[in-house]
Amino acid sequence: MEGERGAGCLSFPCYETRMPPILPHGTRRAYGDRDGDGMLQLSFTLELPPSGRAREAAKRFAEAHGLTEPIVATMEECAEGFSFFVVYGRSGHEVDVSSIDVPEVHAEALSREEIEHRIVTRLGRKIVIVGACTGSDAHTVGIDAILNYKGYAGDNGLESYKGFEVHNLGAQVENEQLAMRARALSADAILVSQVITQRNCHKENGRALVEKLERDGWRREVILLFGGPRVDHAMALELGFDAGFGTGTKPSDVARFLVDRMCEPR
Amino acid sequence: MATVPMDVAKVARCRVIAAEIASDVQRYIDRHTTVGVERTILRAYGADGLDDQGVPLVNIAVDRYREAGLLGRGIAFFLGRALLGGAGSVQDAAERLAFASELDGGEDGPGPDEINEALRSQTDAALARIDRARDEREAMKSRIPPGPTPLKYVIVATGNIYDDAVQAKAAAHAGADIVAVIRATAQSLLDYVPHGATTEGYGGTFATQENFAIIRRALDEAGERHGRYVMQTNYSSGLCMAEIAWMGAVERLDMLLNDAMYGILFRDINMCRTFVDQYVSRRLIARSGIVINTGEDNYLTTADAVEKAHTVLASQFINEAFALRAGLKEGQMGLGHAYEIDPWLEDSFLLEIAQAQLVRQIFDRHPIKWMPPTKHKTGDIFFAHVHDAMFDLVGITTKQSIELLGMFTEAIQNPLLMDRYLALKATRYVFGACRHLGDEINFKPDGIVARRAIHVLEEALGLLEEVRRDSIWDAIGRGAFADVKRTRTGGRGYAGVVERTVHYVNPLLAALESPAPASRT
Repeated sequence: MEGERGAGCLSFPCYETRMPPILPHGTRRAYGDRDGDGMLQLSFTLELPPSGRAREAAKRFAEAHGLTEPIVATMEECAEGFSFFVVYGRSGHEVDVSSIDVPEVHAEALSREEIEHRIVTRLGRKIVIVGACTGSDAHTVGIDAILNYKGYAGDNGLESYKGFEVHNLGAQVENEQLAMRARALSADAILVSQVITQRNCHKENGRALVEKLERDGWRREVILLFGGPRVDHAMALELGFDAGFGTGTKPSDVARFLVDRMCEPR
Repeated sequence: MATVPMDVAKVARCRVIAAEIASDVQRYIDRHTTVGVERTILRAYGADGLDDQGVPLVNIAVDRYREAGLLGRGIAFFLGRALLGGAGSVQDAAERLAFASELDGGEDGPGPDEINEALRSQTDAALARIDRARDEREAMKSRIPPGPTPLKYVIVATGNIYDDAVQAKAAAHAGADIVAVIRATAQSLLDYVPHGATTEGYGGTFATQENFAIIRRALDEAGERHGRYVMQTNYSSGLCMAEIAWMGAVERLDMLLNDAMYGILFRDINMCRTFVDQYVSRRLIARSGIVINTGEDNYLTTADAVEKAHTVLASQFINEAFALRAGLKEGQMGLGHAYEIDPWLEDSFLLEIAQAQLVRQIFDRHPIKWMPPTKHKTGDIFFAHVHDAMFDLVGITTKQSIELLGMFTEAIQNPLLMDRYLALKATRYVFGACRHLGDEINFKPDGIVARRAIHVLEEALGLLEEVRRDSIWDAIGRGAFADVKRTRTGGRGYAGVVERTVHYVNPLLAALESPAPASRT
């Protein structure tokens, strides 16, 4: 088409009339190639064989997500009776970032070598870590990803560091048992993993551990970490933990946090 | 032809040393059994079912005799005596072993010869079940042949076996040659095999005999529909290596992940346990015609892929030596390796191609398994897709046999339907576009690729010499493989290792160890 540059089959009508390029201070829209254009790419599968009807369904599906003038860039049969779509469109949504306040786990960005070095030079001994899935939770995937050698997403577990002494107690460990073992091992940190969240049992289990340690009078002597796919830092703080680690946490994130807390400069 | 220099004498030397390393361990294996092995024997004879708490009958029976210190005679010994003592069937006999008020102390009564005789027809029936599945596979493959190599291997992992079946068929439709159902997280650490069809699993789906059968049916349907035999894979690893090998053999799986050392290194399973279990599992696999996939690719996820490339090669020689001792043919040895070098390292692609070509040349009769990048994958799916395409290019150029396709969502989730489709589409493009590239090009005799191949083989030979000197037990203890250190009595499952008595009875294993009948060679 005359005058169209580099956009292939994607052609959009002039958008200035609908999308004010200037947004109020502190708000953001998705940025394509001009401030405020709201351009998004979206890919998904619908259980429909490719057809004109399927293309229209994909368009409406995108519209239902708030995209205006969606362009179905790709429609291909990806399995019998299923179509794969790539859709471009503009989102009118904006976010006011000035109103966002997220408590984040703060830890210095240290390399593996720096972590090891700090433990040796600043602490002069290993950091003892005891981890478990508590209560009836049998899902060790999280605690294993953080503690076991193999780690997660190419990031080796805490077991692989020379500076950590790791005791992974595994699944279905009762709070009493965990506390007892941690005390006996003189743990510096306790990692609690909770995957199952039915009826908020993860919160109850977590809170019960904090209360137990407080009752026993050594809550302040240990760093308490809470992890799991439905865990975030704010929730962990609320339950009385020192930090919370959710989905996507890598072992090195936990390592950095522990070193940050344990290894003050001498 | 894109070959790399390969010193044939050095390769032969590596094989000799690996054979000595494996023979040392084999002497240990031949004097021991495990609870997993003995459970396998009961299953193979036909014992099945659970108690009211959901514990498999075979676990109850075997644990009872282990706790009584009697397992060193072999569970077949007691099974045979129960049959001679009036049990109406193997099931009845196994239930007696598990639940009879009195334990058979093994004194007096029938001895090994009578027991072997009493179990003869059951032993033949167990072998016949394996052979039947093998014959069925061969017949089906000659009627609807599999796709061309590299075979495109994808995984499904929904947690629900019925969804897995839908996804497996979708993958076959999109061009997959091999479908693996990923196991539920940590199943490898369970010292029993779950039972029945399962619909809930975290990170994957439980490996059960019924689940195997469900996927088999789905893939056979897909195979008929697309006129291409679609292969099924699962995991004969962890604490139930041998039991799963049996299930895979009789449910006609085509491949099993099975490694002589993976469980030791990556699942902290005791090494004595693993060595014994891998042997018996491989005896079953050898008979069944299943192709094993070894796990050397994992080494490079914990150790550096440039520095430790030779550990992969050394381990492949060791896995080969163990497999030969269990009766596997080279054509059943899918030795594993991987494209795991940091993609931002200059000439990383050249190093990858050198290793892949070297492995291809050294193991020229083996269905080599080529694994995709995982370690350096991030949530950037667009970059990951390019990264995978480069991996595909090495796969086709160096003529790998089995290629597990990279997924651009590797670092994010188990693959979605569309992820698998896009991976298959991109691979189809690269394999087609570069089908004969490897035949057309030569590497410079003194270039980066050639020098790298020479270097890796030399280092592998050096490592094998060290391992032989220290014995593999100690070599693993000092972290020779994957930078992971394990001790001889440490790790999970050591309590399940039992020394065989001089009167150990295991007619099924003995039959598997004897030369195969002429029709099967």
